Amino acid sequence: MKIKYDRDLCQGHNRCYLLAPELFDVDDDGYAVLLVDGEVPADLQEKANLAADNCPEYAITLVE
Amino acid sequence: MKPLVVVGASLAGMSAVQSMRSGGYAGPVVVLDSSPEMPHDRPPLSKQVLAGEWDLDRAGLPMARNMSELDVDLRLGVSAVGLDPDSLQLSLSDGSTISAAGIVIATGSVPRQIPGEVPSGVFVLRTGADSLALRDELDRGPERVLVIGAGFIGAEVAATCRGRGLEVTMVEATEVPLQRVLPADLGSFVADLHRNNGVDVRLGVGLDSFLADASGAVRGVTLTDGCEIAAQVVLIGIGAVPEVSWLEDSGLALLPPQEGGGIRCDESLRAAPKVLAAGDCASWPNGSFNGERMRVEQWESALEQGTHAGKQMLFEIGAGEDPGAFSTVPWFWSDQYDAKIQMAGRADPGDEVHVVDGSVAEGRFVALFKRGDECRAALGVNRPRLAIRARMKLAETLAWDSMLELFDQ
Repeated sequence: MKIKYDRDLCQGHNRCYLLAPELFDVDDDGYAVLLVDGEVPADLQEKANLAADNCPEYAITLVE
Repeated sequence: MKPLVVVGASLAGMSAVQSMRSGGYAGPVVVLDSSPEMPHDRPPLSKQVLAGEWDLDRAGLPMARNMSELDVDLRLGVSAVGLDPDSLQLSLSDGSTISAAGIVIATGSVPRQIPGEVPSGVFVLRTGADSLALRDELDRGPERVLVIGAGFIGAEVAATCRGRGLEVTMVEATEVPLQRVLPADLGSFVADLHRNNGVDVRLGVGLDSFLADASGAVRGVTLTDGCEIAAQVVLIGIGAVPEVSWLEDSGLALLPPQEGGGIRCDESLRAAPKVLAAGDCASWPNGSFNGERMRVEQWESALEQGTHAGKQMLFEIGAGEDPGAFSTVPWFWSDQYDAKIQMAGRADPGDEVHVVDGSVAEGRFVALFKRGDECRAALGVNRPRLAIRARMKLAETLAWDSMLELFDQ
């Protein structure tokens, strides 16, 4: 599973960081920063789903 | 089969619908809303939409994007006018009734209005239609926009108008903006932020009367200190009241304003068996704050409460697991000029304030609100990462010492 994050869509809700701090951080402007490059580790896939499902701006997408 | 009925198609109501569907409920769902069009996501209405940067369509509710998948009987322009919690009957504004298997009340709140008649050119901002109506007036290039109330709606509209190059006067009845929430030195930060961005800020004065021309269009106001201010557009941003008047004869417990208002719910957002409330209209004992009763008018809370209400409803009708009590740390943010203001928790004017990171003078800081040995809230200005970490900490514990450890690193 790969994770993609679109900074242009992000509005800084920070729900991804709240739900999956292993996968996302927050930058100085309040936008999300993706911490993994491409492949999501197996033990974090559930959290990746949670982050994608909870992004109100659909800025996070998962690719199988 | 009797439907589950959600009263209100805004964020809380639609979150409830989404949560019922993702919880596996495949039965009928009716969604009512008094608005003739699908409600919008509200945060952009005072910012990107009003600024003209976004079309209104872009400010759709996230969950409304897959409306067909949600498979709801959506009745726009139809409001509920009565509810019987024993029979689960709803009376609707079109004269019909619905016999429901369960009801989620998510009627939100309505802007507080100035009593009496107002001239044209005086606006409130709550809906997509409000935002477009105000934007049309701004497009005509008024010489001055007057904002009554320096709360978040007023402050964001003032900032957006300045961004459009318009002259703005902002009037606030209290001596310090956000006085009910912030201590004086932090409230002054908000006033200074607007003054530094060219807003004429008048504190400690209220609206006395409107001035209008012969056609009934607003031409300005007289303030309680006798000053006259000429303005062609006026925005009223003096707060909101929960929309629960339709429930007055329902037998459900409604709280008076001095107790925070709204529908009295239990820790699971239940107003009665199979009758739940979510969003601005719900008051419930918040487990994250020692069970203190709260009513929260914030985006994230509406989403979380709606999601909980959906799960709770499935449990109530025997179609899902018990989701347990609902608790949350209130959280909001507001973007004004170059300041990102974020607040977690619930501050009280009596709290001790400790600036633990940065400084108010440089416009980048985190302030913590202490009561006894608890941290009750954290306010961040241009410190998004720390602010959200403080929120996560509050969700874990209110202990003051634990919060301080976060800032000692």
